[in-house]
Amino acid sequence: MAGGKEIRTKIASIKSTQKITAAMEMVAASKMRRAQDRMALGRPYAQRIRAVIGHVANASAEYQHIYLQEREAKRVGFILVSTDRGLCGGLNINMFKAAIREMQAWSKKGVDVEVCAVGNKAASFFNAIGSKVVAAVRDLGDAPQANRLIGSVKVMLDRYAEGDIDRLFLVSNEFINTMSQKPRVEQLLPLPKDEDEKLMHEWDYLYEPDPVELLDGLLARYIESQVYQAVVENKACEQAARMIAMKSATDNAGELIDQLQLVYNKARQAAITQELSEIVGGAAAV
Amino acid sequence: MAMTVHCDIVSAEQSLFSGLVQMVIVSGIEGELGLSYGHAQLLTALKPGPVRIIKPGGEEEVLFVSGGYAEVQPNMVTILADVAEREIDEEAAQKAREEAEHALHKAPSEVDYARISAQLAEAEARLRTLQAIRKAAGK
Repeated sequence: MAGGKEIRTKIASIKSTQKITAAMEMVAASKMRRAQDRMALGRPYAQRIRAVIGHVANASAEYQHIYLQEREAKRVGFILVSTDRGLCGGLNINMFKAAIREMQAWSKKGVDVEVCAVGNKAASFFNAIGSKVVAAVRDLGDAPQANRLIGSVKVMLDRYAEGDIDRLFLVSNEFINTMSQKPRVEQLLPLPKDEDEKLMHEWDYLYEPDPVELLDGLLARYIESQVYQAVVENKACEQAARMIAMKSATDNAGELIDQLQLVYNKARQAAITQELSEIVGGAAAV
Repeated sequence: MAMTVHCDIVSAEQSLFSGLVQMVIVSGIEGELGLSYGHAQLLTALKPGPVRIIKPGGEEEVLFVSGGYAEVQPNMVTILADVAEREIDEEAAQKAREEAEHALHKAPSEVDYARISAQLAEAEARLRTLQAIRKAAGK
């Protein structure tokens, strides 16, 4: 049986770890609330612009924007939204798994894959496994700024416009509730058509100013808003996942301390008993 | 009862208005537009300026948008604003206009000229919106 002193130091060290995880849990809980608010505020815009774009994709327009044309896929791009920091459970790993599954499906068809990484974790992971990372954004902080993202998104949009990539996907985590987050793969380009049957007859918009200029601006805005919303949502996922991970770490530390305390008490009691029996034995011998 | 159309006004930060309206008046890039039920499908970029919402009872509400896009379907109007405001700080807008005017007189390069005139247009649009709000309230 281990000595009393060693067990005591071990308990002390686990207690200080428990303090840290408990503090991180509380920090994550308060940050999560703010991240959720931010996500809720951005949602109406993302939803409305998505509806508008769905209509645009359905319009039988004279001018077909490049983002609306379906091409044969020779190379596909992925925008991967991850967290900047670890200690958030399986959040990133689950997302990477979903992304890699998708990428392998494309590779099997002989299609090349390119990656734009948002967040430190995706950047280092996909660099390490040897994917082609064409753009990366790191250290977005707690309140992601849309203009930090625009640069990297533009890299992917330009590559799409020049025909370097033929599909663009967005992989991020979906915030279902505090307890569960699910990886989601979404096609950004070419724009998926809205399934709304009512609008299926032939019609087109009036454009002010001309369609080229207008759609360029509007579609770029759309992609940016979708990526931004995904980043904000991922932030909420990160804090929720971290809160849960830290809560279970705190609970586990508590269990470990209880067990060690038991071992320590038994060891101490055994020592006392042994000492007593030695004294009694000694006294009897005299 | 007059024909109404569903209108949504959202900015990147929040949803500002959602509901039935008689007419929405926006400043499109090529002029002011009054949008009501049955309008032809239209996509337009927006200039900085007021958005006037006329509700079914004839009540008016005025918001400021700093640009963005509007999509019109016969039964709905969606305004995607870059930045939209309900309350306008008159002093700040006045000051911004004066500053922009001042800077415009001694603009060193052409790039700055474009940026400053955009600022000036925005400040003026804010003030115009303020007047429209006052008018709507005075009625």
